[in-house]
Amino acid sequence: MSMLASYLTLAAVLFCIGLYGVLTKRNAIIVLLSIELMLNAANLNLVAFSKYGVVPSLTGQVFSLFAMTLAAAEAAVGVAVLIALYRRRATVNVDEFDELRR
Amino acid sequence: MATVFSQYAWLVPAFPLAAFAILTAFGRGWSRAGAWIATLASLASFALSLIIAIERIVSNAEDYVGGFDWLRAGAVNLTAGYEVTNLTALMLVVVTLVAFLVNLYSLGYMGEDERMTVFFSYVALFTSSMLGLVLADNLMILYVCWELVGVCSFLLIGFWYRKPEARAAAKKAFIVTRVGDLGLLIAILLLFWYMPDHALDFASLHNVFHTQSGIISTSITTLIALLIFVGAVGKSGQFPLHVWLPDAMEGPTPISALIHAATMVAAGVFLVVRTFDIFQASQAALDTVAIVGAFTALFAATIGLAQNDIKRVLAYSTVSQLGYMMLALGVGSTTAAMFHLFTHAFFKALLFLGAGSVIHAIHTQDIREMGGLGSRMKATAWTFGIGVLALSGIPPLSGFWSKDAILSAALEKSPWLFAVGVLTAFFTALYMARLFFLVFTGKARGDAATYARAKDAPWTMTIPLIVLAALAVVSGFVQTPMSGWLGSWLWSGEAKEHAEGVAIVASVAASLLGIYLGWLIYAKGTIRRDAVSSRLPWLVKLLERKYYIDELYELLFVRSLRGLGKALAVFDDVVVDGAVKLAGGAVAGLGRLNTRLQNGQVQTYGLVAVIATVVLVLAIAGRRFW
Repeated sequence: MSMLASYLTLAAVLFCIGLYGVLTKRNAIIVLLSIELMLNAANLNLVAFSKYGVVPSLTGQVFSLFAMTLAAAEAAVGVAVLIALYRRRATVNVDEFDELRR
Repeated sequence: MATVFSQYAWLVPAFPLAAFAILTAFGRGWSRAGAWIATLASLASFALSLIIAIERIVSNAEDYVGGFDWLRAGAVNLTAGYEVTNLTALMLVVVTLVAFLVNLYSLGYMGEDERMTVFFSYVALFTSSMLGLVLADNLMILYVCWELVGVCSFLLIGFWYRKPEARAAAKKAFIVTRVGDLGLLIAILLLFWYMPDHALDFASLHNVFHTQSGIISTSITTLIALLIFVGAVGKSGQFPLHVWLPDAMEGPTPISALIHAATMVAAGVFLVVRTFDIFQASQAALDTVAIVGAFTALFAATIGLAQNDIKRVLAYSTVSQLGYMMLALGVGSTTAAMFHLFTHAFFKALLFLGAGSVIHAIHTQDIREMGGLGSRMKATAWTFGIGVLALSGIPPLSGFWSKDAILSAALEKSPWLFAVGVLTAFFTALYMARLFFLVFTGKARGDAATYARAKDAPWTMTIPLIVLAALAVVSGFVQTPMSGWLGSWLWSGEAKEHAEGVAIVASVAASLLGIYLGWLIYAKGTIRRDAVSSRLPWLVKLLERKYYIDELYELLFVRSLRGLGKALAVFDDVVVDGAVKLAGGAVAGLGRLNTRLQNGQVQTYGLVAVIATVVLVLAIAGRRFW
C-alpha cells in the first residue's frame, strides 16, 4: 500500500501547486499551465488506482489517456481564447478580465 | 305624571353638536354667518331646556331615562343614555342659558378675530359635551363627556396659540386636570368591579349605596368617594389642583365666563352631587370634601386680595366660590351646593363678561391702569356692580341667599367650618370692593387717549350683561329661608329648610364690613393703600406669589418629571435607537462585505469555493471524532 500512498501524495502535492497557481497568478498563461498541473494530478490518481487499487484494471490507464487527449484539445481552445483576448485587450492579466462584474 | 318633553332631551346637546359639525365641515371662510349658526343652535337648546324645566316644574313630571345598549361583552352590558331629573333639568337651563348669552356676547367680543368660526365651533362642541355630561345616565358616558369638556377647555384656553402664555396655560390646564381625571377613572373602574352586574348608572348607584347600603364595604366606599372627589378637585379647581384655573384666564374672556366660571368648573360639584349617595355612605369622605372646600375657599380668597389682573381676581374668586360649594356638599347640603352653583353661574358669568367689556374697551387687564371707567361705561359699571354685590352676598341679591344657605348648613355641622366661611365672605367682599373701586371709580390711571375712547360695548355684548344682572338679582328667590322651593323641587320634597339667624347676621356683617373696608381703602382713601404692604411686605409678597404653590410644583413635579423625561430621551437615543441602528448597520455591513466578494475576479470566486470545500471536508471529517 505504501506505493499507492506515495503516488497519491505526489498527486496531491501537484494538485495543490496547480490550485495555488490558479488562484494567485496574474498571467493567464500561467493560470492555464496550473490548470494542466491539476488535471495531471488527477490523471496520476487514476493511473495509481488502476495499478495499486482494490480492483486493479487497465480501465484507469485508458481513461487517463482519454483525459490527456481531451486536455490537449482543451488547452488548444484555451490558448486560442487567450490569444483572441490579447488581441482585443493587449493584456493577458486576469485581473483585467472582470466583465462578469459589469 | 308622564313626561312629554323630557324624552326629547337628547336634542338639547344635539343642536350645538350639529352646529359644531356644520362649522367644522363648511365653516372655513365664513365669519358672521357661522357665528350666528352657533348662537342660534345654543338658543334652540336653551328654549328646549326651558320647556323641559317648565314642564317639570308645572306638572311635577316623573324622571325620564332613555338610551340604548352601547356595548355588550358577555354578561356585561354598557348602556348609553340620558336621564332627565329635576337636577339635570336645572343644570340644562343654567348651561344653555349661559352658553347662549356667551355666544351672543362673543359675536361682539370676537367680532374682529380672523378665526371666529373656529372659536364658535369649539364653543358649540363644548356646550354639547357639557350638556351630555349633565344628561348622562351613567358614569361611563359622564366620563366621556367629562374628557370632552376638558379637551374643549384646552382648545379654548390655547385659542390664541400665538401667545406663548396661552399655550403654556392650555397645557397646564390639560395636564393638571388630567391628574384629577385619573382619579375619576380609577373610581369608575372600582365601581365597575364592585357593583352588582357591573352597573354604572346612577339609579343603580342610588340603590346600592343608599337604599340597600352595606353591599360594598365602607373602606372601599370611602376609597371610591375620595377618588371621585379627586376628579372633582381637578375639574373644579380645588386645592391642591387649583393652579390651572387662574392661568386659564389666558383664553378669551367669554370662555372664562362660560367654561371657567359658570359651567365646566361647576362640573366637579355636579359630579359630587350626582354621586352623593356614595359620599353619604362614608363620613370620612364627606369630612374630606368639607375640609378641602373650606380651605380652598379661604385660601383662594386671600390670594384674590393681592392680584392685579382683573381676570385673575375673578378666577381666584371662582376657585373660592367653588370651595364654598364643596363645603356645602361636605356638610351634607346638596341643596345649598346646587343653589350656590345656580346663582354663582349667573353672577360670575356676569362679572367675567363685564370684565371682558372693560378689557375690550381699554385693552389692558391690569387694574392698576384702570380707574374712573364708571362714567364712561355706564351699563358695564352698573351690571358689574350688581355682580359684585351678588358675589359679596348683600341681601336681597342672589349670592346672599345661596351663601347663607351654605353658611347655615355649615353652622349645623361645625362652628369651625362656619367661621372659615364667614371669614371667606369677608375677604370676598373686600377683594370685590377693591376690584370695583379700582376699575370704575376714582381717576383714570392709564393712558388718557385710551380712556377717552372707552365706551360701552355694542348691544350683543351689553344685552347678556343686562340679562345676567337681572338673574343675579332675582335668581336667589328660588330658595329662601322662608320657602325652600328649590330644595323640595330638586329632591322631590325630602329637603328641609333651615336658616340660622346667626348665619344671616354674620354673613351680612362680614360682607358689609368687607365692602366698607374696601371703600375706605380704595375709594375714599381714609386708610392708606400701603398700610399693610409697608408693615408686612412678606405677607403681600406671599399673596401676590400665590403662596408659591406654582414654584413648589415646579420644584417638586415639573423639574423631576422633566429630568425623568430627559433620562428617557437619552435612553431612547442610545438604547432604542442604538438597537435599531445596529440592526440596520449590521445588514448594511454584511451587504458591503458581499459586494466586495462579487468583484468579477474568477480567482476570488475560486478561492471562496476552495475555502468552502475545505471547511466542508473538515466538517465531515471532524464528525468522525465526535
